[in-house]
Amino acid sequence: MTTFIQQLINGLSVGSIYALIALGYTMVYGIIKLINFAHGDVFMAGAFVAYFSYTGLHLGFFGSLVVSMAACAVLGVVIERFAYRPLRKSTRIAALITAIGVSLFLENAGIITVGAQARGYPNMLPDTAFNLGGVTVSTKQIGIIALTVVMMVILQYIVHRTKIGKAMRAVAYDPEAAQLMGIDVDRTISFTFAIGSALAAAAGVVYGAYYSAIDPLMGIMPGLKAFIAAVLGGIGIIPGAMVGGLVLGLIETLVQSLGFSLWRDAVAFALLILILLIKPEGLFGKHAREKV
Amino acid sequence: MTGMNANGRAAKSSRWTFWVWIAAGLVLYAVLGLLIDSGVIDSYMSLIVYQMCLNVILAVSLNLINGFTGQFSIGHAGFAGVGAYTSAVMTAKMHLPFPAALLVACVFTAFIGLLIGIPTLRLKGDYLAITTLGFGQIIQVVLINLQYVGGAAGMTVHKETNFTWLYFAALITVAVIANFVRSRHGRACIAVRENEVAAEMMGINVTYYKVLAFTIGALFAGLAGALAAHTFYFIKPTSYGFLQSFNILVIVVLGGLGSITGSILGAVVLTLITALLQDYPQWQMVIYSLILILIMIFRPQGLMGTKEFRLSSIGLGRRRDGHAAP
Repeated sequence: MTTFIQQLINGLSVGSIYALIALGYTMVYGIIKLINFAHGDVFMAGAFVAYFSYTGLHLGFFGSLVVSMAACAVLGVVIERFAYRPLRKSTRIAALITAIGVSLFLENAGIITVGAQARGYPNMLPDTAFNLGGVTVSTKQIGIIALTVVMMVILQYIVHRTKIGKAMRAVAYDPEAAQLMGIDVDRTISFTFAIGSALAAAAGVVYGAYYSAIDPLMGIMPGLKAFIAAVLGGIGIIPGAMVGGLVLGLIETLVQSLGFSLWRDAVAFALLILILLIKPEGLFGKHAREKV
Repeated sequence: MTGMNANGRAAKSSRWTFWVWIAAGLVLYAVLGLLIDSGVIDSYMSLIVYQMCLNVILAVSLNLINGFTGQFSIGHAGFAGVGAYTSAVMTAKMHLPFPAALLVACVFTAFIGLLIGIPTLRLKGDYLAITTLGFGQIIQVVLINLQYVGGAAGMTVHKETNFTWLYFAALITVAVIANFVRSRHGRACIAVRENEVAAEMMGINVTYYKVLAFTIGALFAGLAGALAAHTFYFIKPTSYGFLQSFNILVIVVLGGLGSITGSILGAVVLTLITALLQDYPQWQMVIYSLILILIMIFRPQGLMGTKEFRLSSIGLGRRRDGHAAP
């Protein structure tokens, strides 16, 4: 029983990271129907910005977190402006190919600028372990889960209680009608990229603190996993991304604790394929009929 | 009556064109073969030529799936991996002769393609893309965990191929796929790409043609994988991951989705770029990704679009009136 609870807590910590990345995926997909492959690399960039502002500028944990979120928000907007906006009227496949291109560009530009080898991440969060009746919980894990919950609450507030949030929902629902109502669609999409990328940056910082190592290719797997999480929860649905991330984290931890850690990635992808085949609208999605 | 005549003439002219292409292919083979034998193309450069042949096979077969049938697959390298490992097991463990191993590899990869294609091709667009990516990753994980074929460390096989093998494999691939897309079945695939619902209304079995294109594509990817394994005589699971699938995709997109001559051109150009940037692999990837982004923004149809380089465009053969290229 204690092992089970222990794995549950580990799973929730990993799942929180997936959830934070998945939020960005799902928001971008919701608004422009694009699988933003580069999202995992924005996450990587976030981890590196925080690394340099912590070790180089000595900004402390929260300072580094804020700097990295701001930098990635800008990065997200720039990517959208120069790579995706020119393609908004073309086919979705063209946009998808571009997204893959942006992703590889960021990864390899990262390798050229900071080198391919992994670096140790500074210990940004205090790391004391508590023992609660046989279950070990570290302050790191509590910090990660708390940060995710806080981000989620802020996001819910923005999306449901602010004017720009209302605009985002309107554009996601019907961009043309939104434009006719006087909503600046381009600005709203830029804003969505900014928020999604800032969340990815936060996830990057948390990931670095949790796994203590970062490298320019670190975004590939978590990025794909977060996409799986977003699909699991129903792509385009914000609470779905959160739940999907947590569920995926729990499943992976379960697979790992059963001794199949080498098969972990295969299980995640098999899960993705199963959902897409059986319930492509995800756990929280509504079935949409295809119109001809 | 006139219509029938025109049709007859078109058929005759296209048969004539086909043999001119084959003859041109043979002449090119003779020239390249002579240059390699005489040492004008040294052993390093001949490796580049081998790689070109392999890339032509991979690109043309992926183009059948992505370009002609419009089903977006980004797990093509996974099939090459299946082919490579199957053929390697056949020659290194079962001691089968190479041609038999090649045949087994092709058939088995086609079978895996069929197995993956039947459930996944119900999905569309980016969902299909991400699923094929997932299957590619799963194939890689399975290969890493199979100790029988060396796991992550990979396995060594014998060198069995030479220029003739690779060149003719590429030539046959191009000939088969070019004829396929111009056949009734190929037209059906193009109809599926253009509009699935309309194609279905015309009585085309959409699922059948999607799976057919996917299986044929997988078969030739398996061929390329098997040949590559016995050309470079060492295989490891990481050679068949997402990045390799991406490289094939770049070739196809650069050449033009839906153009076979475009894919050949793309394969030659990108293999040369890769060879030139040999010592700077990360610059190579930066350039590839920029090529991809810029093409998508400024020339989404690629170098050739869906057009083919035709003999008539250099004044040979009869100009085909009226009929647009696929």
